[in-house]
Amino acid sequence: MAEILSLHDAVTRYVEDGTTVAMEGFTHLIPFAAGHEVIRQGKRDLTLVRMTPDLIYDQLIGAGCAKKVIFSWGGNPGVGSLHRLRDAVEKGWPHRVEILEHSHAAMACAFEAGAAGLPLAVLRGYVGSELPNVNDQIKFIECPFTGERLAAVPSVRPDVSIVHAQKADRAGNVLVEGIVGVQKEAVLAATHSIVTVEEIVDDLDTHPNACVIPGWAIDAIAVAEQGSLPSYAHGYYPRNNRFYKEWDAIARDRDTFTQWIEENVMNAGETA
Amino acid sequence: MSHVEKNLDYTAGEMMTVTAARALENGTTCFVGIGLPSEAANLARLTHAPDVVLIYESGTLQTKPEVLPLSIGDGELAETALTTVSVPEMFRYWLQGGKINLGFLGTAQIDRYCNLNTTLIGDYTAPKVRLPGGGGAPEIATNAGEVFITLKHSKRAFVDQVDFITTLGFGRDGKGRDGVPNIGKGPTRVITDLCVMKPDPETKELVVVSLHPGVSAEQVQEATGWEIRFTETLESTPEPSARELEVLRGLKERTAQAHAGQ
Repeated sequence: MAEILSLHDAVTRYVEDGTTVAMEGFTHLIPFAAGHEVIRQGKRDLTLVRMTPDLIYDQLIGAGCAKKVIFSWGGNPGVGSLHRLRDAVEKGWPHRVEILEHSHAAMACAFEAGAAGLPLAVLRGYVGSELPNVNDQIKFIECPFTGERLAAVPSVRPDVSIVHAQKADRAGNVLVEGIVGVQKEAVLAATHSIVTVEEIVDDLDTHPNACVIPGWAIDAIAVAEQGSLPSYAHGYYPRNNRFYKEWDAIARDRDTFTQWIEENVMNAGETA
Repeated sequence: MSHVEKNLDYTAGEMMTVTAARALENGTTCFVGIGLPSEAANLARLTHAPDVVLIYESGTLQTKPEVLPLSIGDGELAETALTTVSVPEMFRYWLQGGKINLGFLGTAQIDRYCNLNTTLIGDYTAPKVRLPGGGGAPEIATNAGEVFITLKHSKRAFVDQVDFITTLGFGRDGKGRDGVPNIGKGPTRVITDLCVMKPDPETKELVVVSLHPGVSAEQVQEATGWEIRFTETLESTPEPSARELEVLRGLKERTAQAHAGQ
């Protein structure tokens, strides 16, 4: 049953040094507030799983939290590079980060397989791509029924998944609206899960086919108002596209980046 | 063939977008990449192809954005979509399930056999430049019925051999799709700011089929990292119409305003 905790306590309880963490949200509902809390608590040696590392992992990588990143598209959407990810991979700053890269299709399938309790995901993928040459977690199997050669990747089973959503009710049931990405899969695939929400309400006021994650499938709920900015929360606030563009200059330089983290994360309250 | 002079005032970038847009047929179900493909696909939707079905990998199905999205998952896409599905559903049911006629992609590098590299420049273990990676492209390129590619023409982008095949065109030898079951046709058209290219039906090597007005064959060769072939029946790409330019400029202006204000 979901326990309603402060963001600080939820992260302290479930994110330990060395754990495998998936903070999901496909462009939308990215759990930035939770990511910042992980940085503030100085977590180290994390294996960070996420389809699109986005600014949130750029920040975690630059702040020295990551040991390994598992991803499928590591850019600043519509803008360019993730400079902290690049600096870590190309020059080993602040330390070398191991990467394991997939395609979106494979990662989406791997999250789904994780939620389904399967050890692997099977897809018609990676045909002719050289990604299998550099990622030993991509294998090929033969369909026992047709003989077709299909790609197989291990399912994603994070120690803890963190997602952001619009709202939870008092029993911890969560409503996710808009672009739902792989958030539900991430929560169900993980050993533990934290969901940050814009608000807690008496009634989710929803409809029968809405994306609702039951409170009993979640470990912790934490209120984080505007908790996905500069990403967005459908129905609450828009994506801060201007900040995504500004990030390019902030993250390009190590000192500017470090200063930004100091001012906006380390010295900011839990709401940042 | 001799140069065709330009009649209207437009940029090479506008010529590229309009040409890419025109390639899109009305009614096509199109899986759209962010950036230039998205710009072209929406221009098509706002001009000759009102019933084109635009699908973005964020799960937004049949979307009609008023302004161009900066990211693949902008709120604008969900708000104007017929429906929004999960990302696993998008890749499994809609793309892998064979519901997409056309994938429309951009790339950082492309080679003579249309292989795409968006992973890195240099060696994998010690990259000179780390690029964002594959994203949806590896499976879009093989599971969609066919693929259009649009990017700016330069020697840095058009290389003899890509440093890394992120996404299959036709492989290192042009035979990468031969005998593979359940695979799409692959790239059928490459549209740049200088010309339009198509793979040779036999060898799959890219061949220039039409030059944009005011562009010479020498210019194309100069911007290509291998000895590029030109078809014998080389055509001149039709110029953009005044209406296409007006719609494109309006779209870009609305987009700039929307993104500056946020």
